[in-house]
Amino acid sequence: MKISREDVLKVAALANLELTDAEVETYRGQLDDILNYIDKLNEIDTSNIEPMTQVVTTSTDDSTLREDVVVRSDVITEVLRGAPDPAPLYFRVPRVIEK
Amino acid sequence: MSAAKAWTIPEVRAALDARKISARELVKEFYARIDQRNPELNVYLALSPERAYAQADRIDAAIASGDALPPLAGVPLAVKDVISTRGIPTTCGSRILEGYKPPYDATVVTRLEHSGAIILGKTNCDEFAMGSSNENSAYGPVRNPVATDRVPGGSSGGSGAAVAAGLAVVALGTDTGGSIRQPGSFCGIPAMMPSYGRVSRYGLIAFASSLDRIGPFARTVRDAATIMSNLAGRDPLDSTSSATPVPDYTAALGRSLTGLRIGIPDDYFAEGLDPEVRRKVEAGIALLEKLGCRRVSIRMPNTDYAVAAYYIIATAEASSNLARYDGVRYGARVPGGTLIEMYQKTRGRKFGAEVKRRIVLGTYVLSAGYYDAYYLKGQKVRSLIARDFREAFEKVDAVITPTSPVPPFKLGERTSNPLEMYLADIYTVTGSLAGVPGISVPCGKTSEGLPVGLQIYGPAFGEERVLQLAYSFEQAGGAEL
Repeated sequence: MKISREDVLKVAALANLELTDAEVETYRGQLDDILNYIDKLNEIDTSNIEPMTQVVTTSTDDSTLREDVVVRSDVITEVLRGAPDPAPLYFRVPRVIEK
Repeated sequence: MSAAKAWTIPEVRAALDARKISARELVKEFYARIDQRNPELNVYLALSPERAYAQADRIDAAIASGDALPPLAGVPLAVKDVISTRGIPTTCGSRILEGYKPPYDATVVTRLEHSGAIILGKTNCDEFAMGSSNENSAYGPVRNPVATDRVPGGSSGGSGAAVAAGLAVVALGTDTGGSIRQPGSFCGIPAMMPSYGRVSRYGLIAFASSLDRIGPFARTVRDAATIMSNLAGRDPLDSTSSATPVPDYTAALGRSLTGLRIGIPDDYFAEGLDPEVRRKVEAGIALLEKLGCRRVSIRMPNTDYAVAAYYIIATAEASSNLARYDGVRYGARVPGGTLIEMYQKTRGRKFGAEVKRRIVLGTYVLSAGYYDAYYLKGQKVRSLIARDFREAFEKVDAVITPTSPVPPFKLGERTSNPLEMYLADIYTVTGSLAGVPGISVPCGKTSEGLPVGLQIYGPAFGEERVLQLAYSFEQAGGAEL
């Protein structure tokens, strides 16, 4: 068994994810299967291989940098309209600072 | 003229030019057909009639005044629900974004609308594009219009089914590990994943940023090429989009295939391939040879490691990208006593099972003590898979494989074992990891009448060659093999 109940709970806490007891047990078993499968990667020697961190797309001059120009963005009202608990000009959340 | 007929882009244009139908009438007919079929198929999650009719009226006004029409004038388009559309609900198939209306359009939406296309609505998909059967949508599965007891594939199942059922002429999907090509294969239509960087992703709600791509579903390869010509190109709003010039992708269609070398990797015809799918794809390869292609046996020795590398990298990136859904800025919130409790409850209760599974896996492979063993290892194996493709394209012009090892399966048949579902992505995740373009084209049907797809991979930015091969294959009767 690669992964324990505690591992799942620890990772869920890192990811801010509430899981039911049943979910913890289901995921534990499934992740165990998946991680055991992933272990097949250890069959290959990659000690001299560079990691591929992105797809490089340089068949021509891909200049991805632009001038740093200030552009006015006037979207606050519209953005707040999509928020679950907007207060004018802010997103309201439960209190984070103790009284 | 009825929308029940299978329209293509040139047919829409011809009918508009001949004044046989107005753009408004065409939209109306498509909506009537959607009303009729959608309750069964569950293809559309939201319709946008106001916007569609406004665009149709603009096209009709241009026709009335004799103005030149844009290339996609009046073409009814469906858009996968992970692509932002201003003012139109965009849920990603998730409860966590229920009711969310983006304040802006994705660049692909702006581009196609500017080219005259008419957005009918948003299509169902696996939640946050995570799945291979469309069964992970919070809004219920899509049914495959070819065989309604079967899945349409995923994650862009709604887009594939919309085009296959004649509920749109073309559709946009997204592909992270096969999510355009596999539903294209399952629904029996051409479906293309462009090269990484070829099409802007501004406004695409991210799943795995080093893999995600946007591409078309269409009834014909020519239509797919036309959409590609209108989608591709550098976008200043997406720093990963390439400035490589965009050719007219329809120009290469019909050019002779004589002398083109097609690579057949033994590694793709190994264990796990359904015998009927194998026979059809072999017949497809024989057809390409008949058209003048030269068959070359090649090896892509790291293929067998692609699924493992893919599920490390994709879930790691997803766990990071999906951190933004916290009940603060958009979508749903489940109240909690503290901020952290609110985050945990919102995410725990509004994300579906597959998304949570991938967040847990992705967080695990990135966590302290496991990063080197999993994430770094996955990236190194990704280098090897990209090298397999580079070396292949030194010897051949295209690589031919099956799109999926199995034909469309029954709803509910594979939901109990996530690993088994992941393993079926074997032929598509390789190209996703390597960044190369690939198309799935119909390649006959099984004895049960289920569609089989043939996949054509080209080198990065080799879309023209891929489309040229797909077009000749289709014209020579590939779908009827």
